[in-house]
Amino acid sequence: MDKPLRVLIAKPGLDGHDRGAKVIVRALRDAGFEVIYTGIRQTPEMIAAAAMQEDVDAVGLSLLSGAHLTLFPAICKELKKKGLKDVLVFGGGIIPDEDVKPLQKAGVDAVFGPGTPLQTIVDYLKGKLAVAR
Amino acid sequence: MPAKTNPSDLVRRVRKGEHAAASRALSIVVDDGKDSEALAKEFFKASGSVQKIGVSGPPGVGKSTLTGRLVGHFRSKKLKVGVLMVDPSSSISGGAFLGDRLRIMEHATDPGVFIRSLASRGMIGGLTYAIFGAIHVLESLGCDKILIETVGTGQDEVEIASVADTVLYVTTPSMGDEIQAMKAGAMEIGDLFVVNKADLAGKDKAIADLKAALGLGHSAGQAVKAWEPPVLATSAKDGDGVPELAAGLEGHWDHLKKSGEGRARLKRQHATELQFWIQRRVIKSALERVTDKNLEELVARKTDPASLGRRLLK
Ligand code: B12
Ligand SMILES: Nc1nc2c(ncn2[C@@H]2O[C@H](COP(=O)(O)OP(=O)(O)O)[C@@H](O)[C@H]2O)c(=O)[nH]1
Ligand SMILES: [Mg+2]
Repeated sequence: MDKPLRVLIAKPGLDGHDRGAKVIVRALRDAGFEVIYTGIRQTPEMIAAAAMQEDVDAVGLSLLSGAHLTLFPAICKELKKKGLKDVLVFGGGIIPDEDVKPLQKAGVDAVFGPGTPLQTIVDYLKGKLAVAR
Repeated sequence: MPAKTNPSDLVRRVRKGEHAAASRALSIVVDDGKDSEALAKEFFKASGSVQKIGVSGPPGVGKSTLTGRLVGHFRSKKLKVGVLMVDPSSSISGGAFLGDRLRIMEHATDPGVFIRSLASRGMIGGLTYAIFGAIHVLESLGCDKILIETVGTGQDEVEIASVADTVLYVTTPSMGDEIQAMKAGAMEIGDLFVVNKADLAGKDKAIADLKAALGLGHSAGQAVKAWEPPVLATSAKDGDGVPELAAGLEGHWDHLKKSGEGRARLKRQHATELQFWIQRRVIKSALERVTDKNLEELVARKTDPASLGRRLLK
């Protein structure tokens, strides 16, 4: 039996919209992932420390407040500082199309907005992490 | 997550207190990956000298929140703390929601605290096969106290008593009737009992019920027990009662060290660790070797379960 993949779902900043994050947590669990959820109001340092201690394969960020252009890159930087260079970073929430490019440049591999079928996200993650292994 | 690290280097870094190394080592040990036995051997050497506290009880009583409070208390005493939090894996998908950590995120960036969530991965009884391996990593990391939160299934998590030195059993005021209904099992494994959520109504009745259920207090002719489990009240929400609880835990640890019961428990833990190893290596691997062809042979009466079993165990 393959060991389950581990994913951290995190909500940085002051954004309290946590429905989407919880939907993702449940979808990934049901798809066979071991999912750790940080809860809301996390700093980049807290998220990076949790990712390190939990030795996750991927970190999923959820943000609906509009602060993604500052927070997502800050988290990517913090992860690198902790030596987590190989961890896949992806995200979702309310993120305008034009922001996707700069986020990718900062190290966020992909972004999924409202209405994305959950299976698309599961397939993306399984595909990416299978290659990484 | 490529494992480029060599085992002896990893062991050295864990012993130096490096969290990143401990995290990697935990994955290797828990996933039973390459080098896992070489690592486990090393980590076992440093084991058995710090208090392992099991936090057990039904879902939602506040085990994770209370664990967070205890972490805060131990940190105020400058103690290094390791935390293992076990949640159930889904038997259907194999996935798991590891939701305990979110209750203690305030300690996430504290270099004196290491927290790891574990999925039960098919084991019943509130734990995972890899629990001992994980504990030994935290012992090598230099933790002074280790807290282990187990899956809150209620009655069937007796195993924690064979893993931890001190078992803290958590209930709430709203559980009065259930407490009275509880008979063996969970109630027998507690070294300390806590009525958490003492900020809610009904605390005193819950304590009284719990004491009655435990049969506490001496009846005539009964010898005084070496350790009488205390029943305490806490509010993990406000932090009330946490220093008293910590003092109770320390008292039990002193009792273990002084009475010889500590050594007896360590022996029981090693017996359980050995049992888990054998279950994982021998029984599981033999069962995994059973093929459809084997079963066909049984149906066709070409062999019998005993002969087949012996063949598989070779
Ligand atoms: C419900 C809601 C609320 C609820 C939140 C309840 C809760 N606990 O979540 C309440 C009423 C509390 C609320 C409050 C506010 N809200 Co509001 N809210 C919404 C609303 C209507 C729906 C959000 C939702 O739950 N959608 C359902 C979930 C399932 O979808 P989702 O979160 O988008 O997640 C999906 C995808 O985005 C993606 N996804 C999300 N996260 C992740 C993570 C990963 C890793 C991946 C792969 C995918 C992924 O997958 C999910 C499933 O498909 C949106 C508008 C909208 N249509 O989005 C506004 C909205 C998000 N809110 C908004 C605002 C402004 C606020 C307030 C500031 C209002 C105020 N002035 O008080 C407050 C702030 C609250 C706070 N503390 O942060 C704005 C944000 C504007 C912006 N970004 O610039 C929005 C966009 C409304 C608008 N058009 O103005 N809100
Ligand atoms: N009122 C009150 N609520 C609490 C207390 N401790 C925990 N809770 C709440 O009880 C819920 C479950 O807590 P959690 O620690 O996750 O319980 P666990 O499932 O036993 O680990 C959460 O909503 C907590 O905020 C307490 O002392 N008082
Ligand atoms: Mg819990």
